[in-house]
Order: sequence, then structure tokens, then C-alpha cells
Amino acid sequence: MTGTIIVSIYIFVLAIFAGFELITRVPPLLHTPLMSGANAISGITVVGALIIAGAGDSNLSTILGFLAIVFATINVVGGFLVTDRMLEMFKKEGQKK
Amino acid sequence: MSILINIIYLLSISLFIFGLKFLSSPRTARKGNILSMLAMFIAVMVTLLDRQIIDFVYIIAGILIGGLIGTIAAKKVQMTAMPQMVAVFNAFGGIASALVVIAQYLRYPNQVDLNNAVTIPITLFIGMLTFTGSMMAFAKLQELMRGAPITFSGQKTLNFMLHLAILVLIVLFILDPGTNRMQLLLLILFLAGLVGITLVLPIGGADMPVVVALLNSYSGLAAAASGFVIHNYILIVSGAIVGASGLILTNLMCKAMNRSLMNVLFAAVGQESDAVATAGKKSVTRYTPVDAAMILENAQSVIIVPGYGLAVAQAQYALQDMVELLQKNGTTVLYAIHPVAGRMPGHMNVLLAEANVPYDLLKDMEEINDEFQTTDVVLVAGANDVINPAAREKGNPLSGMPILQVDQAQSIIIIKRSLSPGFAGVDNELFYDQKTMMVFGDAKEMLLKIGTNLKKE
Repeated sequence: MTGTIIVSIYIFVLAIFAGFELITRVPPLLHTPLMSGANAISGITVVGALIIAGAGDSNLSTILGFLAIVFATINVVGGFLVTDRMLEMFKKEGQKK
Repeated sequence: MSILINIIYLLSISLFIFGLKFLSSPRTARKGNILSMLAMFIAVMVTLLDRQIIDFVYIIAGILIGGLIGTIAAKKVQMTAMPQMVAVFNAFGGIASALVVIAQYLRYPNQVDLNNAVTIPITLFIGMLTFTGSMMAFAKLQELMRGAPITFSGQKTLNFMLHLAILVLIVLFILDPGTNRMQLLLLILFLAGLVGITLVLPIGGADMPVVVALLNSYSGLAAAASGFVIHNYILIVSGAIVGASGLILTNLMCKAMNRSLMNVLFAAVGQESDAVATAGKKSVTRYTPVDAAMILENAQSVIIVPGYGLAVAQAQYALQDMVELLQKNGTTVLYAIHPVAGRMPGHMNVLLAEANVPYDLLKDMEEINDEFQTTDVVLVAGANDVINPAAREKGNPLSGMPILQVDQAQSIIIIKRSLSPGFAGVDNELFYDQKTMMVFGDAKEMLLKIGTNLKKE
């Protein structure tokens, strides 16, 4: 068990480094879509919620899991769609109608 | 957890990383977002293969309800309201992580090993504080409550005590033999909620970009923490990346305002009592929109400095119409965007892109600061603190803040309602400069008037 938690911590720390490298390259021009897009990605919690809501263990845990799915899905779907809506507006000179 | 599922999760993670990599250029950004969507879709689909799932009713219902609400919100939201929307989404991310962890505990209350005894209360703390903090930020941004900082005596002590109490409760949870754990979790949940509220209460409207970015980071960390609880690597990696992203943006915003994070969180800058105008003694050069139009027509190069006031007045469209006329005239026009020009990082760029401004004309502060010297006319609309030369002097709230070097241009036109100081409450010397022409009035109305006067040519 200690093995898994150490692996998890390794992965977490390395992912933070990867995140720093990736995000510092995003220009200020796109920081708002970056935030809403990252927001959608943080809705990945939905993956955990799915298992809990579907396992049918107890009524309470199923309901909490269901609520978690609703909240996380709003986050995912809303976040990605609004990011797409914003990025669609970014056009180069001459590309405009 | 089967190996197949984990391998496909790895594929999803790789797609997320490529998606974010594509965000480094506006040409590929949209593709990048679609890759991230694909990654999320794959992750959800493969999770449904998990053998623990026996009942799909709640899953389908949850996804349909959440998807519908998310779609409507994304289609309806005004671009000026993006900070509120991101705040609400942060809140939902935080509460979802907290709910997952409570539910996981309820499933196996008697199988809490040391790892989970540590990670469950920590996840609850981060998730719940993200939820209430973000809801407070939403209420302030949406103007459901006063945007000014709300302070009371003993606030810092209360904050410290809350954190201490939560720390003690977490230790008690870890040491508990299993009899009082649920009560302890509920207490942590309640106190974490209070922490979120007291975190955002003392923060003023101008500092909201920092807080929204910080809470963005927390919502990622909450997701990562819940990954530790349910041993799910995709949650850990994705959450960590979002956490890092939010931290970078928080840091950039703090730098742009020349403040430390601690100062933003605890100094309660921007209280109404701070803003005392000292104007009235010095003389200003007053111009009409007709004069301004003439000056602009004769300029070879123009830089426009838009501020948030412009977007509030929905004047970016009038501005763009005016700019198109100038461009037909042969004038080069660029936009100078200060990092804190909007209500969240990058906000002003989105608002201008919406008004059909091509992104290659939008220059950030570092790109454009050297160009002011060689520019004929700078047109400032709705910006104040970010062009205040007082930032170069010592001993005022703006000291040291990076500003747009507007005062180095040949001449300056400033559209503003009055001479009142900005959020920082510091009088702006630039208004009284000899090369500055003040056009007093509503930004949209004045820009429209300048535009019609250009059309007569």
C-alpha cells in the first residue's frame, strides 16, 4: 500500500512540472480560454463519480455520486463548449468576414 | 482496476497534454480544445467498462442533466460574464471532488487505511473551500453582494483559528478508531466552508482576477486529491496540471499588480475609504470628439489602450468601427493590453476578439511598451491605473506596478467620464500632462461621435 501512495506522489509531482512547462507557453492572449479549458479538465472528477454512482452500494453514496456526476458534467461540458465558443472568435487579420 | 482501463487513461492523459500544447498558439488553440474534449470522452467511456458499475440509471441521468445545464450555460453566457462563469465552474469542480470522497468513505467506512485517513479529510477541506470560496467570488463578480472588501476586527485571528481547528480535526480523524469519523468529516466540511467564505470576503473587486485564478488552481488540486483517495491516476495527473496552470496565472496576475499573494489575500486593498480624489487644482486640456477625430485622422500610427470600463459599456464594437475607418485611411492601429485590463487573465483579448478585432493586433504589455515612443497618438478608453506614471514613483499604492508606457507617446487622447482616480485611489498625473487631450463622456457615445466625424472625410 505504501508502494502505491509513493507512486501516486511521484506522478503528482511530475505532472505539476509538466503542467508548468506546458502552461508557461500559453500566451497572455489566450489566458481566458486556458482557464475555462483547464476548468473543464478539472471536471475529470466525473470519472470517480461514475464508479460510485454506478456501484449501487448504499442509497446515500449513490445519491452523492449522482450529484457529483451532475456537478462535474456541468463543469466538463460547459467548460469545453464555452472555450470553443471563445476560441472560434480569435481570427487573424484578413480572416474576418 | 484493470490494466486495459489504465492504459486507455494514459492515452487520455497524453491527449490532454497535446491539447494544452496546442493552446500555445491562437492558430491551433481550437484544435487543442477539441483534443481535450476527445480525451475526456475517452476517459468517461472507458470508465463505464469498470466491473464495479452495475447500475447505469443514475449515471445516464446525471450526465444528461449536467450536460444540458452546461450546454445552456456555455451558449448563453455573455463574454463580459466569463469570470463569474469560471468561478461557478470552479465551485462545481470543488464540490464534485468533495462529494466523491464522502461517498467513497460511505462505501467503505471500515476499510480506511492510513493513506485514506490522510487524503480523505484533506480532499474534503480543499474541495469544500473551493466551493464556498468560488461561490463568494461569483456573488461578488455578479454583484449579488458588495464588491468592496468586507473586513471585521479579528478576521486574521479567526482565519488562523479555523485552519488550526481543521488541522486538529484531520489529526483526530487519522487517529480515530472508526467510531466518530463521520462526525469529524462533517465538522471539517463545515469549517472548510467557512474558510472559503472568509478567504474571499476581504478581497476587493480589482483583485478578483487573482482569486479566480487561485480558486481555479484549487479546483484542480481538489480533483488530484480525490485521485489519491480512489487510487485513480488520471485524476491525479489532470488535477495536478490544472493546479499548476492556476498557480502560474495567479502568479502572473500578482506580478502585473505588483502585489504578493499574501498582500492580495489579506491586505483588503480597494476599500471605499481609500479612494479620495485630489483633483480640481490642476488644469486639463479639454477636447471634443470632433477635435479628437481630427487628431486621429492626421496620425500615422495609433495605439489603443482599452480598459474594462470600455467592455462594461459594450463600446468595443463602436471602437472597432472607428478603427476600421482609420485603417482605411492608412493608419496603423495596434491595441495595448495590460495583463489586468479585464476581470480575469486574458479577459480583454476575448472581449475584443468578440468585436472582430484580429488577434494579431492585440499586443501584450511586454510586446508593445517599446512602441509608444514612436507612436503618434495613443487613445485610452476606460483604462486608468494601468497607465498611471505614479507607478514609477515611490510611496503610493501603485508604486512598482508594471504599466503601459503611454506617457512616452507624442500625444494622448483619454476618454473618461471624470478625473476621478481608479481602484488604487491614486490621482493620475497623465490627465494634466500638456500632451494629453481629455475627452469627457461615456466611452461608447464618445467613440461613436469620433467615428461619425471620421466618416465625413
